[in-house]
Order: sequence, then C-alpha cells, then structure tokens
Amino acid sequence: MDISTLTIASTRAAIAERQITATRVVEDFYRKIKAEDAEIHAWLTLCEERALARARRIDDLAAEEGPLPPLAGVPIGIKDVMVTKGVRTTAGSKILGTFIPPYDCTAVARLEAAGAIVLGKLNCDEFAMGSSNENSAYGPVRNPRDKSRVPGGSSGGSAAAVAAGMAVATLGSDTGGSIRQPASFCGVVGLMPTYGRVSRYGLIAFASSLDHIGPLTRTVRDAAVVLRVIAGRDPMDSTSADVPVPDYETELAKPVQGLRLGVPKEYFGDGLDPEVRAAVEAAIARVGAQGAEIVPISLPHTPYAVPAYYVIATAEASANLARYDGVRYGYRSPQARTLAEMYRRSRDEGFGAEVKRRIMLGTYALSAGYYDAYYLKAQKVRTLLARDFETAFQQVDAILTPTTPTAAFKIGEKTDDPLAMYLADIYTVTGDLVGVPGVSVPCGMTASGLPIGLQVMGRHFDEGTVLRVAQAVEQR
Amino acid sequence: MKVTNEVVGYVADLANLELTAEERQRMVRDLNSILDYIDRLNELDTTNVPPMAQTILQTADATREDVLGPCLAHDAALENAPQSDGSFFKVPKVIEK
Repeated sequence: MDISTLTIASTRAAIAERQITATRVVEDFYRKIKAEDAEIHAWLTLCEERALARARRIDDLAAEEGPLPPLAGVPIGIKDVMVTKGVRTTAGSKILGTFIPPYDCTAVARLEAAGAIVLGKLNCDEFAMGSSNENSAYGPVRNPRDKSRVPGGSSGGSAAAVAAGMAVATLGSDTGGSIRQPASFCGVVGLMPTYGRVSRYGLIAFASSLDHIGPLTRTVRDAAVVLRVIAGRDPMDSTSADVPVPDYETELAKPVQGLRLGVPKEYFGDGLDPEVRAAVEAAIARVGAQGAEIVPISLPHTPYAVPAYYVIATAEASANLARYDGVRYGYRSPQARTLAEMYRRSRDEGFGAEVKRRIMLGTYALSAGYYDAYYLKAQKVRTLLARDFETAFQQVDAILTPTTPTAAFKIGEKTDDPLAMYLADIYTVTGDLVGVPGVSVPCGMTASGLPIGLQVMGRHFDEGTVLRVAQAVEQR
Repeated sequence: MKVTNEVVGYVADLANLELTAEERQRMVRDLNSILDYIDRLNELDTTNVPPMAQTILQTADATREDVLGPCLAHDAALENAPQSDGSFFKVPKVIEK
C-alpha cells in the first residue's frame, strides 16, 4: 500500500475493510519517517508506544466489526506548540527542552477521541515566531519539494510532513500566516479557521487575540473532516465560540455557481512574483468558468496590516512569554545567584534571537509613554482593516488572493534582515487581525517546480463557503 | 534614532532579559529598523476610530459558577520543576534577613 497517497477516508476504509491493520499503517509511517526525515527534519519527538497502543485499540474495534470512529487509524502529527500529555513539548525552544506536559491540548484530545493516531511532535519556529522554520532552536526544516529551500513557517514541520507523505494530516497554528504560508510553500492545503472556531486550550500562547489552530492536509476534503472534529465550544477556552459546527463535507458538495468572489487589487500589486500572479489569476479564471462571479474589490488599508500586526502580536507575546522565568518549568540558568538573575539569565539563555527581538519590541510598544503611539494606534488600524472586510463581504461571499508574494525562498536568504522576513506575511496577516477564516490551496507551480498557493478568505464562521471555493480550485 | 542604548537597557529590564553587549548592539539596530517601518501607521487618521482588542463576535457568557472542579494534581504540577522540595518550587533566596 502506498501510504503517501492515503487520505482520511481511504485510511479508515482500508482498516474497516481489513485490507490493512492500523498497527501496520503506523509501522509503515514510522519506517518512512526514519528513512526520510534526516533530510527534512520535520519531526522533533516520536511517540511510538502511545501510537502503537492506540493502533491496537482501533484494530480491536475493527475486529469486532462495529462502526469505526471518523478518523480511525489516521496517522497525524502535532506542531510542537500544542501540549501532549506525557510527550515532550518544546515549542521549538530550548527554554522548554525537557518539558513534559501534564495535560493534552483540546484539539489533540478531540482528534484522538475520533480515532486518530498521534505519531509525534513537529518542528516549528520557536514559539511560533517566524516565516521559514529557521528560528527553531532544533534546526531548520527543509522543503520536501526542494531541500535547499524553506518549507515556510512557523508550521514548517506540519506542512513538510504532509507534503512528504510522513503523516496523513497535521495540526498547525496560525498567528500571522503560519498555517497558510507553509502550506503554500510545500504544496498542501492549510486551513486557518475563524478565531474562536477551535479551542486554544493547550496551545502554547504566542498572541492570544491572533492565535488559531488548524489542519494541514493533502486535500480540501480532509481539512473539512479534521475541522469538524476539532471545532466547537470548549469550556476550557473562554474565547472559543458557542456557534454550532456544521457538517463541512456536505458544504463541499455544493457547486460554486452563483457565488460572488472578490479579487482585491491591493494583493496583486508590486512585489508579487510574476509566476505566482499568473498561476493565481489562471486559477481564479477556472473558478469563474465554473459559474462563480469574479468581482474586483478593494481592501484599502492592506498596506498597514504588517506594521499593525508586528505591534499587536509582539505586545501580546511579551505578556504571554513572561511566564518563562525558570521557576515552575523549563530551563533555569545554572549561573543565577539571586532571583532577579535567575529570571534574566534563564530567559536570555533559553530564548532565541527572534523571540527576544519580539519580546523587546512588544515591551517597548506597551511601555509608559509609548502605549498610545504604538499599541493603541495599531488597535485602531485593526478596526479599519475589519471595516474593509465588512464592506467587502457586503458585495462578495469570499475573497481570492495569492497566499504569498513568492514561492519558497532559499534557506538563509532572509535571515539577516528581520524586516524582509516579516514582509513574507503580507497577504496572510490581515486574516489573523480580523479573525476571518482563510485557506491556502495549491493552484500551480513555478517553472522550477515550486508550489504556488491560492488563498480563499470568507466571512466569520463561514468555513463552508471557504472550503467549497477551495475545492473548486483543487479540481482542475 | 528612537531607540538608544539606554532605551534598550530600560526595556530589557522591563522584559527581564540579561542581554549581552553584542545582543544590545544588534537590538538597537533591529528595533530602530522595525520601528521606522511601523511609523507608517501614523499616515492614517484614526481620530474617532475605536480600538479593536479582539475579534470575538459570538461566545457564550465567559463566566461560570464559582464552584471547585477538578484541577491539576499537586505532583503533576511539580513534575517539571527545575528545583523542588516535594511541596514547593525552590528558587534563590528572595528576602534577605
């Protein structure tokens, strides 16, 4: 059985029909990971005992010939910013190098309750801060399509694992584009649901008003299936929305005919690579040919999204990362003689350069005398961006854009200039700031074979329409 | 140049980071570069625009009854402690006699 083409449905069916056991599926995936991951470095921790134990339970259920849960036997990977009980969780940082969480992230627990099998934890930029997976304290991830290039970030491991056939689906997190951008770079589907659609309980916090958990998969249908399992109100996360979870798969069956799809001019200006533009425009034309109406629109405050994001995200991060102080968990500096030294040295020695840069920027933006000029100002710009989308959604049902301005860049290409790296997020940060759902779906390749992604954004809690349009792009 | 060596020192104190001399130097350069870029937010007139702290639109009431429920066991809470005496987290002396 060629495991690299398995979907959620085909995995479950093969196990239900006794063509293969869940145990054999897990063993095959671990064999592949051990053979190929040395060159890609998507995985940080494997949890074979846990995986095989769960596989045995699925095999027992299959033997009884009762109905199998929706994700029965499906091997998944979890970005290392989501806690897994008893399994080391590092957030890609040395400051949590030996941390063993005492509880499970809700999204992970829901996937396991649905029968999915966690193979291990995936490499990512440290504390989810980065756009290339070069900020991991454990080494970069390489793009399976071209190993001299980045997979994107911060969910680089999550995207690479799916692209390389080392997992059927993975979970990633998205604060400024960290699910969608690596999905685009690696040629897989990456879905960021509406803010509050999926509980953040157990997601190691970066920026609490911007963080989202979402799936990376090979097909749009698989993303829909995973979303249905992980979405929904969680009493452990007071920001999780009390909104019913639809059956996203039935939404996929609806045609796109009659939908109005907006194309915002600000996402097609300077800086957009010509090959990306061509592939995205061709994909938009294909969806139009299926009966959707393509409408030119404007999201005028788009140029202000990246600066607003880097104030808000870093400010929130400076507060969320204050807990890493060497007291209750994580790295404690051996050289500290006083309490103050313990805090200061543990943090300076345990955190990487990008994390420290963002903590400093966020602390500055919130400090007395600067709060109004930076943080408050950025929050007002956030309102203006939200209004752009509200206006747009009065005219259209979804918005189509490139996911990223270029295809995957070379490892090391942008590491000297933090600002150049931040600008890679230009088409994705708006979705996080406004809380709307967005998916990246592969829509073509560059001449040198690098994947290109198209992004579909939709109204709050309208993942159904977003996925429906994405599937129309997927069906060429 | 907005961010001087002094400002970096002050902010590092607030953030509890013991930056090395080399880190401080790089931080001055990086923060100035990023803040220069962020300055473009001032091109926008935001008078009478309310700030948006979060995007939550529909949630249930975020409060619940103040009733004790299951919580993290004491042993589990101490498991990752860098130093512990079995009851408490141990840290360097806080108060000098």
